[in-house]
Amino acid sequence: MQNLIFLAEGTEPTEGGHAPENPLGFVPVEFALSLVVFGLLLFLIWKFVAPRFEQTFAERTQAIEGGIAAAESKQAEADAKLAELEKQLADARHEAARIREEAREQGAQIVAEMRETAQAESTRIVEHGKAQIEAERQQAVTSLRAEVGSLATGLAGRIVGESLEDEARQSRVVERFLADLEAQTVGADNGTTPGSVN
Amino acid sequence: MFGINMAESGGEFVSPGPNSFDFSEVPLFHLGGLAVTKPMVQLVLGALVVFVFFYAAFRRATLVPGRLQFAGESAYGMVRNSIGRDIIGSHDFIKFVPYLVTLFFFILINNAFASIPAIQFPTFSRASMAYALAGLSWVIYNAVGIKKHGLLGYLKLQSVPSGVSPFMYPLLVPLEFFSNILVRPVTLALRLFANMFAGHLLLILFSTGGLFLLEYGGVGYVAGPLAWVLAIAISFLELLVQFLQAYVFTLLNAMYISGALADEH
Repeated sequence: MQNLIFLAEGTEPTEGGHAPENPLGFVPVEFALSLVVFGLLLFLIWKFVAPRFEQTFAERTQAIEGGIAAAESKQAEADAKLAELEKQLADARHEAARIREEAREQGAQIVAEMRETAQAESTRIVEHGKAQIEAERQQAVTSLRAEVGSLATGLAGRIVGESLEDEARQSRVVERFLADLEAQTVGADNGTTPGSVN
Repeated sequence: MFGINMAESGGEFVSPGPNSFDFSEVPLFHLGGLAVTKPMVQLVLGALVVFVFFYAAFRRATLVPGRLQFAGESAYGMVRNSIGRDIIGSHDFIKFVPYLVTLFFFILINNAFASIPAIQFPTFSRASMAYALAGLSWVIYNAVGIKKHGLLGYLKLQSVPSGVSPFMYPLLVPLEFFSNILVRPVTLALRLFANMFAGHLLLILFSTGGLFLLEYGGVGYVAGPLAWVLAIAISFLELLVQFLQAYVFTLLNAMYISGALADEH
């Protein structure tokens, strides 16, 4: 401790012989030196420190603002894209609905057409069947008539023993018989006998 | 230091006084006939420290700052934004920023010398050095005002209060002139000087007094260490005062400049 204090002795003023200094007194050397040192420091700071600080500061501000601007433009782009996609989606939905509607209409139309065709076909088949049946019936009637005639004639010829080979007469007899038969059928009686032919 | 004196003067305590701040008898060295004292060396050292710190911090300034650059930017930005921009206003603060930054850190480091071991002397407890900075402040804020408003316009701005009946002018104009033009540099200088002076005096008193009490013995074995504990507490208080004085000096400079630039008083 004593050593330390002794060391300090060299730099600190002592109660020397000279008159005490007024602490508020003006010391020109110190005043001038302060101005010079401060002026030099101010110059150096002004020249070498401030511009670099402001430059870095401005660059950083710009970098941050640029980043924000870029992000904003990206956001806007993304928004536009989203809107476009939504619009496309809506269009697609609309289109799909339209196609579905069309398909339904077409389907209904096709069903109607098919029904009509089927109806026509069935009608045609029925008609055809009817016509065939009629034709067959006619054919059957005709052949039956011929057969019945010859059978009856043969039978009658055998019964009466008289040959009715004469073609013309035979035919006449048969016709008359059939006409009688039909008349009897219409007259709703059943007493048709070959005997009446004679 | 005073322990020795005390011993030589036969057990009489020599209280610290203005002589504790007078280095004219013990210059560190001579430079061309000029006696260079400790406070002068401190002044230069302080300026060097400030410049080297900022120069190193911004020598390779990058967008993403390193540790040193971040420290430099925080320090610079604090004065730039919270003193310069907030007081002077964003329109024309930028050209005063180097001045305010230099002022703040130059005063701060020179005040801090009071607490730095092996230096332990506040540079601005030398009144003439405080006068220099206060005088420069006076020149700067008046020059700024005169440049903007012209000499008469500036004097009117600083001396004639607006919104006051002209009947009051004979009373108010001299008062305003006195307080805005004449007193400001004096208070600036005295505030800085007196705070540093008084703080250092207190520290000397408590540390040398503590030593004296210990050597005196008896009740001094209790009172001496107590005085040293108080000295430590006062050291912490001084750290705060050192910062505050640098801050207030710079803040007032900014306010004076802002007032000189104002359109309406």
